[in-house]
Amino acid sequence: MADDLVLENVTKRFGSVTAVDDLSVTVPQGSFFALLGASGCGKTTTLRMVAGLEELTSGTIRLGDKNITDLRPYRRPVNTVFQSYALFPHLNIEDNIAFGLRQRGIKNTAKKVAEMLELVQLPGFAKRKPMQLSGGQQQRIALARALVNEPQVLLLDEPLGALDLKLRRQMQIELKRIQTEVGITFLHVTHDQEEAMWMADTVAVMNDGHIEQLGAPTDIYEFPSSPFVSNFLGQSNLFAAEVSGKDGDDLLLTAHGERFAAPAGRAHATEGRVWLGVRPEKVRLALPGEETPAAHNQVRGVLTDTCYAGVSTEYLLKTPWGQEMSVFSANAAAGEPLSPGTEVVAHWYAPHSFVLDRPAGSGDEMTQYSADPLGVAP
Amino acid sequence: MEWSLRNVPAPRSVRGGAVTAIVHAGPSTAELPPPVVSRRRKWIPYLLLLPGGLWLLLFFVVPSIQLAGTSLYDRSGSLELGYSQTFAVGNYVDAIATYWPHLLRSAVYAGIATIICLVLGYPLAYAIAQKAGRWRNLMLVCVIAPFFTTFLVRTLAWKSILSDNGPLVAFFRSLPFFPDDFRLLATPAAVVCGLVYNFLPFMVLPLYASLERLDGRLLEAAGDLYAKPVTTFRRVTLPLSMPGVIAGTLLTFIPAAGDYINAELLGTPNEYMIGNVIDSSFLVRLDYPQAAALSFLLMATILVMVFSYVRAAGTDEVV
Repeated sequence: MADDLVLENVTKRFGSVTAVDDLSVTVPQGSFFALLGASGCGKTTTLRMVAGLEELTSGTIRLGDKNITDLRPYRRPVNTVFQSYALFPHLNIEDNIAFGLRQRGIKNTAKKVAEMLELVQLPGFAKRKPMQLSGGQQQRIALARALVNEPQVLLLDEPLGALDLKLRRQMQIELKRIQTEVGITFLHVTHDQEEAMWMADTVAVMNDGHIEQLGAPTDIYEFPSSPFVSNFLGQSNLFAAEVSGKDGDDLLLTAHGERFAAPAGRAHATEGRVWLGVRPEKVRLALPGEETPAAHNQVRGVLTDTCYAGVSTEYLLKTPWGQEMSVFSANAAAGEPLSPGTEVVAHWYAPHSFVLDRPAGSGDEMTQYSADPLGVAP
Repeated sequence: MEWSLRNVPAPRSVRGGAVTAIVHAGPSTAELPPPVVSRRRKWIPYLLLLPGGLWLLLFFVVPSIQLAGTSLYDRSGSLELGYSQTFAVGNYVDAIATYWPHLLRSAVYAGIATIICLVLGYPLAYAIAQKAGRWRNLMLVCVIAPFFTTFLVRTLAWKSILSDNGPLVAFFRSLPFFPDDFRLLATPAAVVCGLVYNFLPFMVLPLYASLERLDGRLLEAAGDLYAKPVTTFRRVTLPLSMPGVIAGTLLTFIPAAGDYINAELLGTPNEYMIGNVIDSSFLVRLDYPQAAALSFLLMATILVMVFSYVRAAGTDEVV
């Protein structure tokens, strides 16, 4: 589309450290795009390069058909909402919001400022000083200050990080509402995966300077493409397996002597060594002797731990080959949770599985993937 | 079972302690009797101020009062014959009439020196605060290092740098626009140079303290909001460093106005400041009433200038 933000082969090195490694991504115009990753993965550096606050080591950044790679920040039609808000303490709210407008030579700013204050639901705050506002209010002013300039891309650098949970939820809804109303491209950097999935149309999961997977929240959650993504977004159970055959559209897998099936359409690798994965909330527990439905994969085990959390219960069970498997069970009906020591059969509808590639050298030992959120063992 | 408050089990405190009286009706446990400040506590701030207050009283207030009295003595007295207190306000009138050029010169030299210190000191302080990185401490030491030698010795060093036989004057004389008998020493320029050199650290350090606290992210935000670097300086950096500017200018101007060593070593009687007059009045001519009157005149001049300056600049904080 005309004004997509396009990053091509963007690399940033700080001395010997590569913060961003040959990153290429297109942010469609008008979308809410989230860059998600743990601390140090390069997402903030990427954002700062789009803003013009960091110089690229190599690569280009284009906005529509305009190459903005070498433009100083004050020449880019891009505005940033900083993590620390960075409101000017010596100016009042009105002057803060009107700052960008005045730099561009726009004289009658009062009306626009008033409109912005309405949009962020802080009317009448024009004459106050930033010091007099609470954290949530400052954050909304920082947003107003950036939005009033009608940039082509709005950059948000973990803007909700300093807020308490309730306020954060409120602001997430607000930001989504504003973005839909105003229609500007939002590029949002966060380490909170729930926040990314709630707000964004597209989520890019970053790890170690590059994007591991990019897609709509449902797509990347239900069908992760790597062990890192499968455990960074939510949790997954991963079993080291081999493809032993095909049956029509299904892959037949063998793991630790047991047989499993998964649709080929849910596999990123269809031969050789693979990971068989399933999300804990997709797994049901049955007692031995109970019938398990057809087309379900099964794993026998013994419960080792029960964590009752009100809304759901997390069970940990030990498989015959010694791996720990986690199961989330919604407490849809009142009743006592199963107690540790019970023998159970964990089963799940085979199409809920996903299959990932397992390169040589990884996963030969029984790694506790489900317990280690960042765990991608070499 | 019907739900009612009576059926709700008592809340278990997180720390496993006893249940506090939240669920039960009764007088609110939030009301406590107002705190009683013990008699001893009230006096502690004053006790802490006592040593400093005594020092101020003994070494400033009492001498000032005594000096004020001296300034009103009859000038015809002397140490041998004694002085009579005649409330001679005429001493002040005489002092102004005779020495107003010196007062003016002090204000002007100190003013120029302060401005030059600001122009030189601000970029230096900015560089140390924002751009120095690992060299910051070294640069700060370099700014303070001259203080390890005495004021007198440093000013004497300037005397030999600016001397007529020195390389600096030779360099200027070789340039086309300067006359062959060009002098640097014994000119107002030398005095002002001396003042600038001696008081520059007093300007740099408060400026540095103020600029060091400046949040770099505010400068990034200004750039993000379309402000070019010069505009960012004018609209963000300068206003936020104003307290430092005021502190620095005050710390430079006030002592410079009363200075006399620079004028004495680097100038001629044509460049003498009010400090020189007070010095000779006290120590050479032994005209104590006049010297005292001149001292108070200097104090008054500085106070008036400082008050109007601080009012005009209008900040709440200093640094």
